[in-house]
Amino acid sequence: MALTNEEVLAGLAELITDETGISADEVALEKSFTDDLDIDSISMMTIVVNAEEKFGVTIPDDEVKNLKTVGDAVEYITSNQS
Amino acid sequence: MTAGVIQPQGAAHTRIYSYGAARGEIAVPNEDLVGPIDSSDEWIRQRTGIITRTRAVKETTAIELSTDAATEAVEKSGVDPSDIDLVIVATISNPKQTPSVSAIVADRIGANPAAAYDLNAACAGFAYGVAQADALIRAGAAKYAVVIGAEKLSDVVDPTDRSISFLLGDGAGAVVIGPSDTPGIGPTVWGSDGSKADAVGMNHTLVEFRDGAAPWPTLRQEGPTVFRWAVWEMVKVARQALEAAGVEASDLAAFVPHQANMRIIDEFAKQLKLPDTVVIGRDIETTGNTSAASIPLATHRLLQEHPELSGGLALQIGFGAGLVFAAQVVALP
Repeated sequence: MALTNEEVLAGLAELITDETGISADEVALEKSFTDDLDIDSISMMTIVVNAEEKFGVTIPDDEVKNLKTVGDAVEYITSNQS
Repeated sequence: MTAGVIQPQGAAHTRIYSYGAARGEIAVPNEDLVGPIDSSDEWIRQRTGIITRTRAVKETTAIELSTDAATEAVEKSGVDPSDIDLVIVATISNPKQTPSVSAIVADRIGANPAAAYDLNAACAGFAYGVAQADALIRAGAAKYAVVIGAEKLSDVVDPTDRSISFLLGDGAGAVVIGPSDTPGIGPTVWGSDGSKADAVGMNHTLVEFRDGAAPWPTLRQEGPTVFRWAVWEMVKVARQALEAAGVEASDLAAFVPHQANMRIIDEFAKQLKLPDTVVIGRDIETTGNTSAASIPLATHRLLQEHPELSGGLALQIGFGAGLVFAAQVVALP
């Protein structure tokens, strides 16, 4: 069964915390990965690869560039879940 | 009746006898590079783990670096230079397409008239060279080989580039490979993916530069794309190399990946689930990324700092522009 936006957000927040140490409370839909959460490109790619495994989605490199906010990532994952 | 030809057979096994190293004369700290890229020492350290990188003075070329590294390796090997019949230099930064670096180096180290050629497999070049030397010796085409990874990358950097230039350093690492009573070089797992040719490489051709259509060609990379490939795809290759050699990660004494970026090295080691007993090459911290030279330089340093590694097994893996990759398990001398 497909996960809801809230469930994806919670799962993504876990991955972000694991990679960066940022508190899960700070991870909200409107937050920008770079400007608000200060996540660099290498950490972003690590999160992407872990998200692919966790949510069973494929996120191509070209698509990663379009994921500016946490909300972008949540929407991409929920709409591409198999 | 047709006359037959003789086909040679070489040694049953090969091993690395010795290592040699040469680094650029100047230690370049991050502070010296941050201005044109509007960055900071902290920014570079956090993203790359590099504190300083070694770069060569103008007069020093890949030929001098190669000669110095090879001379040390040959001296330590105990092999008479005149018995060396193969010299392979892996490099992407020779500014003169021909003659090769290798022919000149072979002459300078006293190995004239050894077979000599350069190979272009970027950051996998050294591991490619080890694969070739191993195969050629076992085939009887050579007896003692010198394999060198050598780069003067400071000739192909752009001070304003934020993608790769600030990582790069100059240096050469060399090994002597010869026949062995016991297996010392495991099967090489190697390959390429030219569909990702644009991920890392030169940004212009020399012809475009000649015609005034582009500035001096320098290296560029798509950092995140290379990072994903270098860790998660290369981990599979590393596991294949272990399996092909018939060893487990716990059998390793050392892991020496191409010194591309400390973040890649750390994530790679994490994904490989290496036990704490495996010493990891982290020469990048003070040498920078020296492409084909990085693996032998890192191994040379490990053997200096951890002499107890001698006789142990090391997994080495190179990966870079092409994209190309090569991994093998080797016994450390």
